[in-house]
Amino acid sequence: MINSKDILETLKMIEDEHLDVRTITMGISLLDCIDPDIDAACSKIYDKICRYASNLVRTGDDIAAEYGVPIVHKRISVTPIAMVAAACPSKNPVKFARTLERAAQSIGVNFVGGYSALVHKGFGPGDYALIQSIPEALSETEHVCSSVNIGSTKTGLNMDAVAMMGRIVRQTAEMTADRDCIGAAKLVVFCNAPEDNPFMAGAFHGPGEPDCVINVGVSGPGVVSAAIHKAGNCDIAALAETVKRTAFKITRVGQLVASEAARRLSVPFGIVDLSLAPTPAVGDSVARILEEMGLEHCGAPGTTACLALLNDAVKKGGVMASSHVGGLSGAFIPVSEDEGMIEAARCGALTIEKLEAMTAVCSVGLDMIVVPGDITAEAISGVIADEAAIGMVNSKTTAVRLIPAIGKKVGEELSFGGLLGSGPVMPVNTCSPAKFISRGGRLPAPLQSLKN
Amino acid sequence: MRAVISVIGKDMVGILAAVSAECAASKMNITDVTQSILQDMFVMIMMVEFTQDSIPFAEFSARLTQLGAEKGLDIHVMHEDIFNSMHRI
Repeated sequence: MINSKDILETLKMIEDEHLDVRTITMGISLLDCIDPDIDAACSKIYDKICRYASNLVRTGDDIAAEYGVPIVHKRISVTPIAMVAAACPSKNPVKFARTLERAAQSIGVNFVGGYSALVHKGFGPGDYALIQSIPEALSETEHVCSSVNIGSTKTGLNMDAVAMMGRIVRQTAEMTADRDCIGAAKLVVFCNAPEDNPFMAGAFHGPGEPDCVINVGVSGPGVVSAAIHKAGNCDIAALAETVKRTAFKITRVGQLVASEAARRLSVPFGIVDLSLAPTPAVGDSVARILEEMGLEHCGAPGTTACLALLNDAVKKGGVMASSHVGGLSGAFIPVSEDEGMIEAARCGALTIEKLEAMTAVCSVGLDMIVVPGDITAEAISGVIADEAAIGMVNSKTTAVRLIPAIGKKVGEELSFGGLLGSGPVMPVNTCSPAKFISRGGRLPAPLQSLKN
Repeated sequence: MRAVISVIGKDMVGILAAVSAECAASKMNITDVTQSILQDMFVMIMMVEFTQDSIPFAEFSARLTQLGAEKGLDIHVMHEDIFNSMHRI
């Protein structure tokens, strides 16, 4: 018989501490849908997604009911559309976005990721047209997410793409200014983008992936926060141990759900993403974990150290709980999606500069940060370049998801609703990086050898 | 397949009887029961086994949830593997 204390602990985690599986994401390759006739390609894409994912939502719901653990999202990631669009030169790739939207609506998933281009070393056929079409695609669709990989540790940074993405992020916000600039919330600029990430908006199905795969993203900041609270006034090593133990339990749930979903859908299991993904709900915040460790506010001196401890302990606990770990794996710090971060940003404790430092030790990057509406495209590119440099030099994934609040300034707020949350406009240094950004070319890859 | 039924709520006459009657009506075999009273709160953990004649999981779960709502109890039915995964290496 299972220990009744363990049963009650699990129930408490689910009922009171927001334990959930954040997403089951089915990765689908579209390489066999490539066709020089764009209408034929779109038709093949729609058919393949609907064929492979027809049971995804129902299966997710069945597993959630049977195991008693909520599975918040069921999503799709596809081959970067730039690779498919390469075969249809001179056609507007937005048609692919409309097809993805139609497929998402027909199978009932809440996001489909992969309106993406991988340009870390340069632009291939299809890449340029796709990137240029991102603002239109994201303003016309509701469920499509876009990402662009502009650099990697092995290739350095494509500074032409960095300059271009500054303009694209701004245009995307402008085209959705009537909807709180939500287009920019569905657009991520990556360095070292993982090919198996189940989380939006940066999910895509990498070219090295199998035809179809199930990836699962776990969550549970509330559970970690509660465990630290319960641990009381212990020392740092005991704190790390508490996080590790909790992360182990959380990840085991993800592993169970992932293998069960893969079995029921007859699709290979890919990875579990060991992430602490917050939501705007009270009690589901990564910032509150850091505060529970002993900070007055997230953003206080010591925040980066607390986050480094948290991120490392989550991985150490999670790795043993899963047979395959991948994706972004670590603590997320999206400002507008985290109740504690929102409050810290509102009261001025948390700044973009501090967030940038935090991204050097955690899972992703400058995520869901609302910036003033008058920010220039060059300034956005500068922020992207800084963040990508951190990822490139430290051999880790970094990303930028800034939302220029068109027509708004510091002190005002944007509200996206749902899990995307809401956030105050945060000030950005107004000194111009325009000359640096306009230089273009490639920023050389960093030295990673001479290890003897 | 085995499932764990957890019942939490204010102690009263007939909780065990009501839940086990529902199990019998649903053709579930009860393999173990533990119960305790913590500060007036009744906590019961019941292990059940699905038999060939058992009703589907979703239906059984819905029936118990309804029973819980009628009696003011918090009743959950969950596949045992969720607990095995989380608490056993």
